[in-house]
Formats: sequence, structure tokens, C-alpha cells
Amino acid sequence: MAEWKFTAKDFAQIPELFASGHRACAGCGPAIVMRLILKAARGPVIATNSTGCMEVVSTIYPYTAWRIPWIHTAFENVAANAAGIEAALKVLKKKGRLKYEHIDVIAFGGDGGTYDIGLQALSGAAERGHDFLYVLYDNEAYMNTGIQRSGGTPLGAWTTTSPAGKVIPGKTERKKPIADIMVAHEIPYVATASVSEWRDLVLKARKGMEVEGPAFLHVLAPCPRGWRHDTSKTIEIARLAVETCVFPLWEAENGEYKLSPKSKAIALKPELKKPVEEYLKTQGRFKHLFKPENKHLLEEIQKEVDRRWQKLLKQCQIS
Amino acid sequence: MAALKQEVIALNGDEAVAYAVKQCDVDVVAAYPITPQTIIVERFSEYVANGEVDTAFICVESEHSALTCCLTAAATGARAFTATASAGLALMHEILGVTSGCRAPVVMAIVNRALSAPINIHGDHSDSMAERDMGWIHIYAENSQEAYDSIIQAFRIAEHPEVLLPTLVGLDGFILSHTLENVHVLPDETVKRFVGERKLPLVRNHEGKLVPFKLDPENPITIGPLDLYDYYFEHKRQQEEAMRKAYDIIKEVHEEYAQLSGRRYGNGLVEPYRLEDAEIATVCIGSTAGTVKTVVDELREKGVKAGLLRIRVFRPLPVQDIIKWLSDKKAVAVMDRACSFGGNGGPLFHEIRHALYDLQNRPPVINYIYGLGGRDTPPYLIHHVYQNLQKIVETGRIEQLVNFIGLRE
Ligand SMILES: Cc1ncc(C[n+]2csc(CCOP(=O)(O)OP(=O)(O)O)c2C)c(N)n1
Ligand code: SF4
Ligand SMILES: [Mg+2]
Repeated sequence: MAEWKFTAKDFAQIPELFASGHRACAGCGPAIVMRLILKAARGPVIATNSTGCMEVVSTIYPYTAWRIPWIHTAFENVAANAAGIEAALKVLKKKGRLKYEHIDVIAFGGDGGTYDIGLQALSGAAERGHDFLYVLYDNEAYMNTGIQRSGGTPLGAWTTTSPAGKVIPGKTERKKPIADIMVAHEIPYVATASVSEWRDLVLKARKGMEVEGPAFLHVLAPCPRGWRHDTSKTIEIARLAVETCVFPLWEAENGEYKLSPKSKAIALKPELKKPVEEYLKTQGRFKHLFKPENKHLLEEIQKEVDRRWQKLLKQCQIS
Repeated sequence: MAALKQEVIALNGDEAVAYAVKQCDVDVVAAYPITPQTIIVERFSEYVANGEVDTAFICVESEHSALTCCLTAAATGARAFTATASAGLALMHEILGVTSGCRAPVVMAIVNRALSAPINIHGDHSDSMAERDMGWIHIYAENSQEAYDSIIQAFRIAEHPEVLLPTLVGLDGFILSHTLENVHVLPDETVKRFVGERKLPLVRNHEGKLVPFKLDPENPITIGPLDLYDYYFEHKRQQEEAMRKAYDIIKEVHEEYAQLSGRRYGNGLVEPYRLEDAEIATVCIGSTAGTVKTVVDELREKGVKAGLLRIRVFRPLPVQDIIKWLSDKKAVAVMDRACSFGGNGGPLFHEIRHALYDLQNRPPVINYIYGLGGRDTPPYLIHHVYQNLQKIVETGRIEQLVNFIGLRE
């Protein structure tokens, strides 16, 4: 397939399918994801969300922000939602009861709805090979219920269920490598993206829709409420995550890992890689790590980021 | 009108269900195996593998996903079916309420089986009785023939624009699911015509436009939104209204089907057996009715005026029929194959007794809990129930309101 080419102006002129007026907080990263992904649509789409912030803020009855057909059913089953829709579309088309040549199906899941409670449905749908794009909007905690930790919350982060206490300094476990887990499902397309690199993000979303079979797009999406940062810093912080290699950008087509431009540049010029502290210090959820007694944690986190980066370089066959 | 000539084939209950589903032009089947429902999934897989159906069969990784897939397939405009039992139904519980709340007319066969723990694979009604309040229509079959007939009717009922409620058809695990019976089947074309293509009602979307109720890029609608104290209650009230309407639709569909097949189950909601002039009556659900009918015949031979009211449709509860058939009885025993622990009787008992409460002269109504975990319920136990009813009539006294029979005490 030919790569989608567009200018920023072209992109701005694409109609907004995720309407303004939704109730997300100012500076909400996930709301940017919804908007950009729908702008990347190549034709008619049906979308579905897991329970979470994006479902709640976009559909307070009788209002809706969705200018496309959209359904929500529960928290742990958004991949099954997509599977049912996709199977129905296929059979209706076969029986001549669908007036479209093709409809793209997009599932939006939060980190809670993906790493944790929704992993089974996602794994099942991936294994069965349904043709859909799964978008994980990762704000690294259960924000809708008040900032509780998930399998996607990073090491050391404060949340309301991994509080920075006198004995335990925030989350003691690492972030689950969810995108690698999806690559291990041997699906045709897996990629990571950040709201800071919007062009990279929408190109990957388009690719995810174009491939036949399941595609998984993992998007880092800062949440000012939960990460404890100013609402104007969302994009800046998302960019720092990429620049520190806390959240490198890559894609795996048919299992072949490849760094995306922004991370590739760092791989080729390691001095561009910023220290992880520059990212951590922007957010209140990591504030406790900067106390003198927690200095070792900062080192531990840096080590962990470096280890994963090295592993990724190997996966991308860059040494 | 003379009924159609029908082929007779030996099928067990599960096979009868699979056969009916095959004939109903179902678009999506998503299911997960569990004893005693497995045969339905296996037979249907064969139909798919042999190209006998035009159905997308999703062999999901759990019952939770099975019902979810059916729900969203139905929301996409497809006809959808699933089947489960016991633990599978319990796992689906959350999505049962979501399915009815989204007004997705999914049809599901429940091969009734005991709930864990201790684990037990045999038949009782505790699985579907636990789903009583989830907004589904409940139909229970007495035999495999009725399971076949009920599945076909269920699609018409569930998808009726005035109803639009998911519908479950219960059949007793093993007693029906694994026992061969001669089943009369209608010709494929007849069933296809009877069920018809899925009709989509028009709904008002967020822009005030009337659009077909499905996920359609041309007329986008939002299904399953956040719905708080300002509208939720009205939406729940609509579900209750749909249940009320379902009462008539079930009757109509049952009658139309009877015209085709020559088979009738009472008025489609309750089936009275030698009840008109009966003085004492039992009430039950499912396959036990077969045993009870034999016992009623034996008692009638001896001059005992015994009768039976089989509840075919448990939701919507046919209150008027219950009143009509039971109000003049001298004593009534309700048979429950499920227990509501600490609830002073089983679920059917509560409802039958409640239905009769407002009568000036209501009969005494007692409860028998029987057959849990597939425990056999032979005729002598049913005789025992009728003997107790006779005693109540004679003495005017109820010794024990809630009774357990057929077990070690
Ligand atoms: C079965 C179930 N368990 C728990 C909940 C409560 N709940 C709703 S949303 C949510 C967290 C969502 O987190 P995530 O997926 O990360 O989305 P976010 O709110 O952060 O966008 C939880 C725990 C639920 N709705 N359903
Ligand atoms: S809490 Fe976070 S994710 Fe939720 S709406 Fe607000 S900014 Fe967005
Ligand atoms: Mg989250």
C-alpha cells in the first residue's frame, strides 16, 4: 500500500468526527488521541470504547461527541465488541445486506481496559484474526475511577492505590510490555505512538486500518489530572517521554521491529537521549522520587529505561 | 388449517437447538463450550464446516466475549445467537444486563445446569433463575421438540420492534440435552419465511432524526452511553414496557407458529394440563412437567382431581394466566428446581404466590424444592406432593410451607 501523503493544511481540513463540546478536562491527552485517530480514517468507520474516561466524557446522554456509529458495552470486552461488529459486517456483506465496500472497525481501550481486565478479550480477538484496529490510549492509570494504578502504570509512580507512603514509595512494579505482548501474538501490525508526534501517530493509525487482520496501536496520552501536571504541558511531556526513551516510538510489521523517525534519530545519535529525570520532574506523580532518600529509585528507573531501550535496539537490529 | 408435513428426526435437545438455529438464517453465532451445552456448539461448528449455513461462527475465548460479540453483532444489524449453561451464564451475567439495556435482540439457549460449588454438571434451574432480573425474556421447554420450536419463535419475539429484548430458551441439562427424542422439524424454507429478515425499528438519534437502530455510518448513532439520574430511569421504564408488550407478542408468535406446525403449548405462556376441573394443582417449569403429567393421569384414574400448570414463559410473568388457572384451586404446590437461600422458598414459588395475593379467596400455596444438581425426581415423589395437597384440603392446615423432597434430611 502506498503511504498516505498529506500536508498539515490537508489534515486540518479533514472533518472532525470527534466533536468538540465533550467533557474531558483541559489538556486531556486521550481526547487528542480520539480526535487524531478519527481524522486518520480512510472511509466509513464504526468505533467502540471500553469503560473509562473517554467513554464517559464523550457520551453523556442525550449528548454525544461521536459523529460516527459508536458503541460501548463494558470495561473488559472492547476487543470482543469489535470482533462482533467485524464478524457481523463481513457476513452482512456476504449476504448483500451491507451497502459499503468496507467499514473500518476501531476499538479504543484505556490502559486498565487493555493491560488488565481487558487482556483476555484482546488476546482472543487477536488470535482469531479479526480485521480491526485496537487503539490503546495509555494514560497510565485508571483515571475514570480516580487515578488507581494499572499494569501500565510506570515504576515509581504515585497513584491512589500505589501511594507514595512512608514505607512504600509509589508503584513498585514495572510497566507491562504490552506492545511486545501483542507482537508475540504474531498479528500483522503493532506500533507505538505519542500525542506529541501527531504525524507519526496518524500515519500509523492509517496503516493499522489498512492492514488485513488485527492491528494494535499503543499511544502514550498524558493526563494532567492523574499525572499532576499543568494542562498546558501535555504535548511537551509526551515529547519528553519519547526523547528520554521512556516511551520509544517503533512499529512492527509482521513481527519486524523498526524504529520510527524520532527514536531512530536518538538511536543513531545517542547523545540526543535525555536523562529520565527531565521527564520525571515535570509531573507531580513522581515528585516523591526527588527526595534525597529516594535517589536510588531515580537510578533504578533510569537503569530500567536503558535496559528496555537496549532491548528495543536489538529487536530493531541496531547495535 | 392443516399443519405442514414434517420430517421426523431423532435428535437430542442440544441437537434440536442447533438444528433450529441452522434454519433461522442466523448471521453471527458466538459461543464457548460448557457441559451440557457443548453439543450445540459442536453441531453448529459442523454446519459451518460443511457450508450448510451462511453464518459467521466466532469461537470465542470466553462466555463473556460470546455474549459481547452477539450484542455488538446485533447492534450492527445482524441476527445473533449464543448458548451456554451454569458457570458460563454466571460469567456472562454482567453482559446480560448490558444486552437488554442496549435493546439487542440476541437469542440464547441455556442448557440448565447447577451452579458451583460444589461443581456439578447436571440439570437444575439455579443458573438461569439467578438471571431473573436481567431484562431477558425467559422461555422454558418441556422437551426437545419444544426446545426446537421455542428457538424459532424466540427470534421472532426478540426482534419484534415492539419488544426488542434478548430472549433465552431454557432446556434441562442432560434430561433433555443428552436424550434422543423424535423431533418434528419444519422445512428449511418454512422456518426461514417464518423468521424473516431482521427488521430494524427507527429510533431518534441525537440530532432528532429518525434512523434505523443499528451502527451505520450513514446514520451514526451512539449506543451504550453514560446515562445518569436524568434519563436512566426512563430507559429502564421502557424495558419494563417492552416486557409488558412481549406478553401479547409471545402469544401471537406462538399461535402463528401453531398454525404452521400444529404444535401448541397452552397459550404460549402457560400450559395447563387437566387443570380446568382440578381441585389440587402443581406448578412447575421444564422437563419435570412430563413426569407430573403422568402422575396426574394416574391420579385421575383413581378419581383424584389433580392438575398441572406448566409455566413456559417466566419473564414476562404471565400473572393473569396464573390467576385464571389457579384462583379456584383448593391447594397449590409450586415446584422449584432452584433454591433462593434464606429466601423462604424458591423463585417460582415467590412469584406464583405473589400473583395470587390479591384474590379474595386464594388457595393455600406451598413450595417444594426438588432435583438440585440433577437429582432424579421419579413419579413417587410427585405423588407425595399431591398426597400432601390432599391432606391440606382435608385438614385445612399447612404443616410446612417450604419443603425439600427427594434428598437425605
Ligand atoms: C467490571 C468492572 N470493574 C470495574 C469498573 C470500574 N471502572 C470503570 S472505568 C475504570 C478504570 C478505567 O481505566 P482505564 O481503562 O485506564 O481508562 P481511563 O479511565 O484511564 O481512561 C474502572 C476501574 C467497571 N466499570 N467494570
Ligand atoms: S482525568 Fe485525565 S484522561 Fe480523564 S478526561 Fe481528565 S485529563 Fe482526560
Ligand atoms: Mg487509564
